[in-house]
Amino acid sequence: LFSPRMATGMQEKQYTPSLLNFFIYNPKFGPREGEEEKKILFYHPSDVEKNEKIRNVGLCEAIVQFTRTFCPSKPAKSLHTQKNRQFFFEPEENFWIVMVVRNPMVEKPNKEGKPPTIEYQEEEILDTVYGAVLQQCYSMYKLFNGTFARAMEAGGVELLTQKLEKFFYRYLQTLHLQSCDLLDVFGGISFFPLDKMTYLKIQSFVNRVEESLSLIKYTAFLYNDQLIWSGLEQDDMRILYKYLTTSLFPRHSEPELAGRDSPLRPEVAGNLLHYGRFLTGPSNLKDPEAKFRFPKIFVNTDDSYEELHLIVYKAMSAAVCFMISASEELGREFCEQLDGLVGPQLTLLASDICEQYNINRRVSGPDKEPQFKFIYFNHMNLAEKSTIHMRKTASVSLTSVHPDLMKILGDIHADFVRVDEDEEIIVKAMTDYWVVGKKSDQRELYVILNQKNANLIEVNEEVKRLCKFETMDPFLYTISTKLVDMLVTKTA
Amino acid sequence: MSEEHYLELCDSPVQFENASSVNNVFFDEANKQVFAVRSGGATGVVVKGPDDKNSIAFRMEDKGEVKCIKFSYENKILAVQRSPKSVDFINFMPDLPHSEFSQECKTKNATVLGFCWTSWNEIVFITDQGVEFYQVLPDKRSLKLLKSHSINVNWYVYCPETSVILLSTTVQGNVLQPFAFKCGTMSKMSKFEIELPVVTKPAKIILSERDIAVATIYGQLYVMYLKHHSRTGNNPGAEVVLYHLQREGACKRSHILKLNTTGKFALNVVDNLVIVHHQSSQTSFMFDIKMKDTDSNLNIHQPVLPARSIHPYKIALTGPAAVGSQTPVPCELYSSTWSVFQPDIIISASEGYLWYLQVKLKPVVSLLQDKSKLMEFLLRRRDCKMVILSVCSQMLSRGDKGSLPVVAIVFDKLNQVYKEYLEAEQSYTMAVECGPSRGSTAHKRPVRTQAVIDQSDMYTHVLSLFTERKDVSHKFIIAVLMEYIRSLNQFQITVQHYLYELVIKTLVQHNLLYMLHQFLQYHVLSDSKPLACLLLSLESTYPPAHQLSLDMLKRLSTANDEIVEVLLSKQQVLGALRFIRSVGGHDNISARKFLDAARQTKDQMLFYTIFRFFEQRNQRLRGSPNFTPGEHCEEHVAYFKQAFGEQAFIKPVTL
Repeated sequence: LFSPRMATGMQEKQYTPSLLNFFIYNPKFGPREGEEEKKILFYHPSDVEKNEKIRNVGLCEAIVQFTRTFCPSKPAKSLHTQKNRQFFFEPEENFWIVMVVRNPMVEKPNKEGKPPTIEYQEEEILDTVYGAVLQQCYSMYKLFNGTFARAMEAGGVELLTQKLEKFFYRYLQTLHLQSCDLLDVFGGISFFPLDKMTYLKIQSFVNRVEESLSLIKYTAFLYNDQLIWSGLEQDDMRILYKYLTTSLFPRHSEPELAGRDSPLRPEVAGNLLHYGRFLTGPSNLKDPEAKFRFPKIFVNTDDSYEELHLIVYKAMSAAVCFMISASEELGREFCEQLDGLVGPQLTLLASDICEQYNINRRVSGPDKEPQFKFIYFNHMNLAEKSTIHMRKTASVSLTSVHPDLMKILGDIHADFVRVDEDEEIIVKAMTDYWVVGKKSDQRELYVILNQKNANLIEVNEEVKRLCKFETMDPFLYTISTKLVDMLVTKTA
Repeated sequence: MSEEHYLELCDSPVQFENASSVNNVFFDEANKQVFAVRSGGATGVVVKGPDDKNSIAFRMEDKGEVKCIKFSYENKILAVQRSPKSVDFINFMPDLPHSEFSQECKTKNATVLGFCWTSWNEIVFITDQGVEFYQVLPDKRSLKLLKSHSINVNWYVYCPETSVILLSTTVQGNVLQPFAFKCGTMSKMSKFEIELPVVTKPAKIILSERDIAVATIYGQLYVMYLKHHSRTGNNPGAEVVLYHLQREGACKRSHILKLNTTGKFALNVVDNLVIVHHQSSQTSFMFDIKMKDTDSNLNIHQPVLPARSIHPYKIALTGPAAVGSQTPVPCELYSSTWSVFQPDIIISASEGYLWYLQVKLKPVVSLLQDKSKLMEFLLRRRDCKMVILSVCSQMLSRGDKGSLPVVAIVFDKLNQVYKEYLEAEQSYTMAVECGPSRGSTAHKRPVRTQAVIDQSDMYTHVLSLFTERKDVSHKFIIAVLMEYIRSLNQFQITVQHYLYELVIKTLVQHNLLYMLHQFLQYHVLSDSKPLACLLLSLESTYPPAHQLSLDMLKRLSTANDEIVEVLLSKQQVLGALRFIRSVGGHDNISARKFLDAARQTKDQMLFYTIFRFFEQRNQRLRGSPNFTPGEHCEEHVAYFKQAFGEQAFIKPVTL
């Protein structure tokens, strides 16, 4: 379970943070003594001895209960200890999810025979980051299973525990706690930069499809794993986007890259060639054995509570999600109709977008490696952009900067959260790096500069200058003048 | 059924005394006047003009049977032909003598077939041996020969609009020689041959003048030839062959209109449509030479619509019997006594009526199902605006499944015409601005036809009503609005603010604010001050609207005052100050306004900071930190003193 990393010194071993426990309980389910086990709805790892489970859950319950007396409106969110850190989250009334993360540590070898000393780096992990990861776990569960309360209504504790078991057993394996960072806190959406005309064409396409296939309730349109249009509300889109970009798309792009299941084999619908295919549901329409089952998702859980089929259809780099009420039966006929209608149009549109995108890129000049890297996030529209992160794969998200710098970004963000005012923080990191964080109204911008021998004033000027250079839309392209206007200079 | 008659006779025909043994009726195509000549003119000539208002009545001596009678332009000189050799003239200008003078044709042994006025005082005699072009000198009561040309002539056709005379020559009569007349000059155009159907017995005039007509269609001159096919053989029926007659170059066969039947036909041209009346079936065909049939590029046209008869018409019975009770009786349509003249005139000499033929567009709408074709057709018509708008309304109201692609095509067609007009207008404006220095061609302002359907038309007559409809899903409403905006953008037409407002209103009404948000993100709704203000007003229901609005104001870069106001109203006093400083406007802002806002926040430190800022500004601008009386800040100075004490003020620098 540990992933040791060789550190610089002598034979030191570095261990990254890892998941120790993950459990879900409801204190109301076993209020009497001797019935404590009933409170536990899910426990990872499952092979932990029953009494230990009960002890851990009881401890959490007690901590939450105890701290509540100090501030009833804001219950405890985390507990720091030397070896690990616990995170508490109550997503629905009386349902608690707890995640226990082992602190990163360094193992220093001692002279012969003696066991190595272990140093826990308890300050290295950030509450904001793992708190967000925990919330994301719940959101993802809810997206595919609905709320705990609904499961209780439908099938009682038995159904709920079944669902939890089924979902989290697999989901927890995909949590990569060592590579969580500021972007997990934001949980933002990357928008695809696009000109107005092409955007309107996409609108037109979506409207036409929704009109001819009236079963479709919502549509979302993505290109290059970036969002262009969402018919879903922002919060639902946020988690669906997370699923698509970190799970579904990478799963399908890896076989593509490997040359299997090549997407470059056009289908023929009528007299039109097209490259459309289903990412969910039938992988091959021509297969007589094809299954027409789509994943179900739950949206608008606060009011209308809708259960939907999620159809994801892709042609070249354009992906469209069609969402249809789960009460509808979807079969071969519907899928063929959709394929015939959407395939050719989407193929055309995808090449249009690609062309337009290349024109824009040419206009904005060749890709030069800039002297700075940044993360931008707008709370208002969840737009995020990072030049720090590389392409995400199913397994890991890669960053191009040192984890220490990422930690600084997280710290700055934690500072921003504490204050309502607009702020700017400039930090000099080791090895010539300057880190600048700016917060204005709903926007946050973090810039990492690599400039030798620069002083504070120069860095400040440099950030201003860098920002002024861009004239495009803040979230659509890079940082803009307008953004900087919003980001008021105030050095903390 | 009456909804299906797409042709009608005009409501107010020109009425004249019907032809009889004592009353001869003549029609002049140039002035569109009907002459009723009683007893050779001795008992009176009544001339009725095209609008039936200015009738002229006079008498002239009976010098024999009148063969032809026509006024020159503006009714200045009357020409009357009574003999095969000569034409008589009478001045109708007030101060000139009224008595007749005469002109014999110059060519010996020639017979005058007829004459045509080409201006107020220029006339062409057409004889069987050629043409003679004269200028009439009314004061001298004589004519001056300007030009003549010898050629054997069977018959002629005149097109007054273009002053072109077509002469039929050769034995078969099928070689046509056009002449054009203009300001005293006569120019011979290149002759051309009409291809006749295969005949068995030649050497006889085969091409009849009844089968030839000349008319202007879409601004071009065409010779229309009614080509009858013998019933035998595989020929499906008669056709109309159009020859495009150009000033320069040869005349070319350009279009074939398929009639698919045989019989007696007559031709009219109405609103650039060729109308072919078929007597035996009592119906008319309608052709639009700009309508392309998809299956051929040979310019072979089928009728636009199925053949229909002219709308039934009733005339009031006149005469001695019908004094009090003028019950209208149905008029016999397609009567054998009808005469048809170009472009759009039908005359019933026996009943004394002259009608203009008209095309009704409304019935076309239901007869032509293909909306794309229909729109193209309508856009080429003269009085099309209201019909087009009603087609748009109708198309949207039904909300048929799969109608969006059709809606898109229709919008594109409208906007194409709209764009062409805008471009013409723009290049006109530019040309005018550049001045007349370049070349001598006067700039002509582009004519705005009814086919130019702009955004305000669409808004007023179609979209604003459509968005109010309760029976149409909001999804469809938004889709239609976006489709219209897409189409405007595609033609690079600037979208008017009221359309955006409509989109926003609809989205807000259905609480689709995230959708609105996304449109703004991609600048589908362009920035403007009114839009920014509208967004501000949405802030209470949708908080992100605040940022969207401020961003928009900033992008506009002409709305700095508004931004300051917005920020101050949100008590973001420092933010407002920082903003105005960043755009370099902080030397001109009112100190009082900022101090007022700072006081309102009840934040002492904020007030201190703002006060200090203005003290420093005063120092920098005027050399003293004190406020001037004109700034009305006494109240705030007193408050500052009370809150922070006398020693907190900046000390004036004393030299």
